[in-house]
Amino acid sequence: MKQNITSLEISIKDLTKRYGKIYALDTVSLDIKAGEFLTLLGPSGSGKTTLLMAIAGFNRPDSGSIKFANQEMILTPPHKREVGMVFQNYALFPHMSVFENIGFPLKLRKAPNDQIKEKVHDALKTVQLSDYANRKIDQLSGGQRQRVALARAFVFGPRILLMDEPLSALDKKLREQMQIELKQLHRKLGVTTVYVTHDQREALTMSDRIAVINEGKIEQLGTPKEIYNSPNSSFVADFIGESSFLQLNRKGDDLYFSSEKIITNKKLNKNKEWAMVIRPERLSIVNKSYRKNSSNIHFSGEISELVFQGETALALVKLMEGNFLSVRLSTKSSDDFNNLKTGNKIQLCMNRKDVIIIPH
Amino acid sequence: MNWLSKQASDTQITHGQRMWLYFLAAVIMFLLVFPTLIVIPMSFSDSQYLEFPPEKWSIRWYEEYWETPRWINATITSLQVAFFTMLLATPIGTMAAYGLFVSGSKLGRYVFFLLMTPMIIPVILIAIGTFYVFGKVGVVNSIPGLVLAHTVLAVPIVMIIMTSALRTYDLNQELVARSLGASRIRAFFSITLPQIKFSIIISALFAFLTSFDEVIISIFLSGGGNSTLTKQMFNALRDYIDPTIAAISTLMIILSTTLMLGAQYLGKQD
Amino acid sequence: MNEKLLKSAERKEQLLLTALTIPALISVTLIIVIPVGWLFSLSFLGKSGDFSLENYQKMIVYKSYFRVFKTTFNVSFLTTIFCILLGYPLAYFLSQVPKKLVGIFMITVLLPFWTSLLVRTYAWLVLLQKKGMINNFAIDMGIWETPIKLAHNLNGTLVGMIHIMLPFMVLPLYAAMQRIDRQTMQAASNLGASPIQAFWQIFVPLSLPGVAAGSLIVFILCLGFYVTPAVLGGGKVIMVSMQITAILEDQFNWGAASALGVVLLVTTFIFLLLASRFLKLDSIMFGKH
Repeated sequence: MKQNITSLEISIKDLTKRYGKIYALDTVSLDIKAGEFLTLLGPSGSGKTTLLMAIAGFNRPDSGSIKFANQEMILTPPHKREVGMVFQNYALFPHMSVFENIGFPLKLRKAPNDQIKEKVHDALKTVQLSDYANRKIDQLSGGQRQRVALARAFVFGPRILLMDEPLSALDKKLREQMQIELKQLHRKLGVTTVYVTHDQREALTMSDRIAVINEGKIEQLGTPKEIYNSPNSSFVADFIGESSFLQLNRKGDDLYFSSEKIITNKKLNKNKEWAMVIRPERLSIVNKSYRKNSSNIHFSGEISELVFQGETALALVKLMEGNFLSVRLSTKSSDDFNNLKTGNKIQLCMNRKDVIIIPH
Repeated sequence: MNWLSKQASDTQITHGQRMWLYFLAAVIMFLLVFPTLIVIPMSFSDSQYLEFPPEKWSIRWYEEYWETPRWINATITSLQVAFFTMLLATPIGTMAAYGLFVSGSKLGRYVFFLLMTPMIIPVILIAIGTFYVFGKVGVVNSIPGLVLAHTVLAVPIVMIIMTSALRTYDLNQELVARSLGASRIRAFFSITLPQIKFSIIISALFAFLTSFDEVIISIFLSGGGNSTLTKQMFNALRDYIDPTIAAISTLMIILSTTLMLGAQYLGKQD
Repeated sequence: MNEKLLKSAERKEQLLLTALTIPALISVTLIIVIPVGWLFSLSFLGKSGDFSLENYQKMIVYKSYFRVFKTTFNVSFLTTIFCILLGYPLAYFLSQVPKKLVGIFMITVLLPFWTSLLVRTYAWLVLLQKKGMINNFAIDMGIWETPIKLAHNLNGTLVGMIHIMLPFMVLPLYAAMQRIDRQTMQAASNLGASPIQAFWQIFVPLSLPGVAAGSLIVFILCLGFYVTPAVLGGGKVIMVSMQITAILEDQFNWGAASALGVVLLVTTFIFLLLASRFLKLDSIMFGKH
């Protein structure tokens, strides 16, 4: 059952919101494609919720523009924006039943009763709560409330769906299940979705694109792969995934770590310091038969800590140069982890293509 | 299991070791309630001195109250004033509390403080000040003047109750309602109001009681045919201990207890 | 750019919300601001009708004023102290009782709290009179032999006022004690504090804001007390509010009465201001419920 909802593109330009001297939003510009699942990812206080609230119309920016399909919305009151919204705490109406909650937006639009009934039941079916129409809100579990809030937000066919950390109140297992359900729902509805979270794993799992926000600015915008594989700042590299940083020295157009040449690039800004970001899973421990070659970068050091984490393990390696690197290890019985001890001297290698260089 | 040796605190004190606290608290609670409640049986005493336990029971002081036009008129005046005070103070206080709570502006803090001053300013000042000003305008001894003065005393109480109700209420619900297509006013009336209605009724009850029990302003602003019950009682008390007042007091205790217990019950509903 | 439009839309919304307070502001203006302001100006008018400080000078010159202020402070101070002594154990008890039972015990605080002050004053008058219950009881028990005059003096006034003010102490105290994280007491125990040490070194200091808030409320309300000392004091306990009425009734001297009222008001605000330096005013106001 594909519900035909025409989704809209959102075009945000130079949006600014100040609280006293602090910029919650600092000339933010962002184009969200029609039907896209875009996540605003950032630490708390970064401005991601302010941005979402501005799109919904609850937060009035100081200046800038928000357009839905080329139509200026910035002065439109929230109830005329036709935007579905799911809040962190769901904000279900406790004095109404599940049916009345979901029927509320339809009633406001003066839909006839039989149509309300049909649409609410369709929506309940979509979120797999068909038998719960007459329940009271306080009789529902956290996950069920989440679904009711969701159904209420899309039942009236909004062109845009906004979600403010909708899964943060659920436990880990349910959260992971709901992530997939939300993704499926998005595919089914095809509605433009803006999703706020501070959980980088959730953002990577669900999004078509991610906008990483920090201190009121968009640090980076891209697909999950782009953001993970080529972060363009130390903030993004640090916030998304695990990473170790190594400071690099520049000699001419070349960047070195210790005596190892990492990269040659004529376009590098000569006035900046550069660092290398290393993801733990991109490193491997070399065995005795290994021969050094120029497609890899090599490090040697000593294991200072070994941590078992279940599906994988982590080794903290102290390099000869004094820096520390995290290395992700397999926990298969035949593999490294079970043969290593703290204090072991080891060699590490990684593919040059996996090197990430960022200004530091 | 022996209750006395059960743990009673976070520091492993047992109930047995806490007996002194329970005893002390019981005494204090007794002292709080006893003088209020003892009036009730005393009012049924036949004697001038209202001894307890009464040697002879009678309802003569109730008859006295019922048959004295001065008392009945005053009761009617007090009920009228309290009723209109309730009608005025409840919406005024609720509106102000809601506006200040939602706007959250810096100016709002000062407005809130200004609206709370009637609780802090010595009532005698309000009494003689309004007496003076009302005298100039010529509304002394009138019910509307007294209602207005009592309204100002009751508004802070309404505001305190409503603000704390709004604090426990999740205002995001109003935002959701608005995103779903409800205007601000519609969102308030269909989502917020049904959930704070009991608090509104509670604040109405307390507004009523505040006016009904008020003494000092009534002494100055009411008079002649429009004297309130509290003014008549106060005047009667200054001369000698009129046993009729025990009967009136009993009625007032029953009124305030009923309202208070009603409010407690309603408080559990919200 | 649209900055101006956005700003005016924001201002409009703020204005709309502020407009909700207008009826309240109008009534406060009519009943508090104008009358009190008027009294303030009256206090600076002399007998001749010109600006003069004579009303204030009188207060310094005449001993009778000094006595009234002394009585007022005395009564307020003693009432506050006794309210702390009686209120603290009761609030502590309430904070330790299981949640289910608090409501029942709380009624013993709320019942007098919401019972007319006049009724309670009357009750004490009846109890304390010469042929009243307390005298009868004491004589029956052999504590004293002939009836003692218990009402119509300072002690009678104090008893009545303590009884009336006690709920104003217990409620903010209880609220403050409720806010104390129970785990701090467990932590103190765990670190080796005996129950008595944990109480005095952890619980009591953490409850002090409640004591301060309660004391402030009780003290300030006592300063302006009128009914109870007027009825139970029998003319021997003259507090500022009563003096104001007396001046009006006997001399019809608005200037002098206003000046006394202004001093009372200023004193109240000074205590409030002093308190606000180490207390959040909000917590005091909301302490009442």
